[in-house]
Amino acid sequence: MIINVARKELKSVFASPMGWVILSLLMFAFGTHYLNGVNDYFAVMSGAMRPAERTGVTQFVGQTVYGLASFIMLFAVPLLSMRLISEERRSQTLPFLFSAPISLTEIVLGKFLGLVAFLSILIVYVAVMLSTLNIWSDIDFGFLVANSIGLLLMVASFSALGLYFSSLTQQPVVAAILTFVALFALMILDRFFAGDPTNTLASLSLTRHFQSFSGGLIDTGDIAYFVLFIVTFLTLTVRRLDADRLRG
Amino acid sequence: MNNFTVEAIELTRLYGGREAVSNVSFNLSKGEVLGFLGPNGAGKSTTMKMLTGNLAPSNGSVKICGIDMIENPKEAKALIGYLPEMRPLYKELTVDEYLIVAARLHRVSAGHIKAAVERAKERCGLGHMSKRLIENLSNGYQQRVGIAQAIIHNPMVVILDEPTVGLDPIQIRDIRALIREVGGEHSVIISTHILPEVEMVCDHVQIIDKGKLVFNGSIDVLKKQRIGNKLLIGMRNAPTADEMLKIAGVTEAEILTNGLMRVRFAEDAAPAEAIVQAAVQNGWGLHQIAPDQTSLEDVFMQLTYQEQSAESQIAG
Repeated sequence: MIINVARKELKSVFASPMGWVILSLLMFAFGTHYLNGVNDYFAVMSGAMRPAERTGVTQFVGQTVYGLASFIMLFAVPLLSMRLISEERRSQTLPFLFSAPISLTEIVLGKFLGLVAFLSILIVYVAVMLSTLNIWSDIDFGFLVANSIGLLLMVASFSALGLYFSSLTQQPVVAAILTFVALFALMILDRFFAGDPTNTLASLSLTRHFQSFSGGLIDTGDIAYFVLFIVTFLTLTVRRLDADRLRG
Repeated sequence: MNNFTVEAIELTRLYGGREAVSNVSFNLSKGEVLGFLGPNGAGKSTTMKMLTGNLAPSNGSVKICGIDMIENPKEAKALIGYLPEMRPLYKELTVDEYLIVAARLHRVSAGHIKAAVERAKERCGLGHMSKRLIENLSNGYQQRVGIAQAIIHNPMVVILDEPTVGLDPIQIRDIRALIREVGGEHSVIISTHILPEVEMVCDHVQIIDKGKLVFNGSIDVLKKQRIGNKLLIGMRNAPTADEMLKIAGVTEAEILTNGLMRVRFAEDAAPAEAIVQAAVQNGWGLHQIAPDQTSLEDVFMQLTYQEQSAESQIAG
């Protein structure tokens, strides 16, 4: 049943130009960044004489592309997540889902998975693009896997937050702005506490938990953070929708 | 074990202390069509939302084929097809895509989806619209898609909130035939404020006003109330009321303007013939005689009005 809701969401994304435009724009951005990364690699490495100054091509190009990806998703996810519930609220299509034999949890999970599945296309695309380096070099696939998992978790967290804000309002644009502001605050939270890295608030920052992944390290602590983040916002969304049913 | 498909038990819904629906109870058996009548804001849609699990009742319960909507919402919802007042259509999808989504969400098994979609399209006259975007369809066709969506999984109970709004007369006729057809196998609840429609398609009628049921019964009761024991007589040389009262069976005669006279007669009497004879003998110049039908609107007004006056009496 969750799958059916997710399929419906994917169909809706691809039925409008929005999905295709975002997909192509992001692919273009990642592609150019990848090319620049490869060019820069040669420029930088030809100047680096001593072995200690040299870094692997995977890390060099990978960090450029994944760094950009996590930043760009900050703009892309709110644009995609904004319409998930608010649009249905506005065009009054929610009763269609509410009167079908599916629970609220299944509706919310379905919508969430639909969006994450759409964004996974980009994550797979980036991973495949970087794998092409393997044709003339010997790349570190572990680094790619860690980064992909990290990016997936981060994008899923963005989506969960976006979904929640979308359930709060009837206006997709309001949902997008709220999501963007909240995500941006969470991203730069650790900058505010740069002087005091042990501060509890700083460890709420999404960037900080993505850092270990971008270094190629899969840390269960960070996975737990992202999973908790997602579960929290999905639960809040279910509760918000349940309030609709109770309060009307 | 009874065979009620819908049981509403003391449904009450409060909106900030105000009762939108209060203490509505009714049962519906298999194969019946129930018409829900009421003025705007009477609580028709609210009741329907509660029946379909879109809104939690403040008090009372709903059972669909014996399954409680609050305790087992999934099982109960699987037995219902619902078309809300605002059509829940995903306008960016084509008719086929939308109906496939609807079939999947309503647990139609993968092997039967195609057949179910075809059948629903055929029943709603949407065959040639399969590949069109819902957005580009006319209002009437969108309404048909909405109805197709509600009957696609062959539900035990079909609940339609004002299904004939925005349709042209031919489409309305088709939809009414469809409602009758669906009503043959399953139970149907429709809400409407078009009174003749109720007479045409419904077996049972409920009139709701200010959240309370004011009438609940068979359509025949309503019809009887409508026809009544009255004659409308037009005469060129109208006699006085007393003269009319002399004719056997006539209990009341009322002179109206432009030479018309309304005559009330006793329950089993049929004084029409006697009146015609008297008119010929006395040269009253009879040019018109017909049963005086109260319009359904009048019955409806009476019922909602009676309730109000009864209330004010209690208050007074």
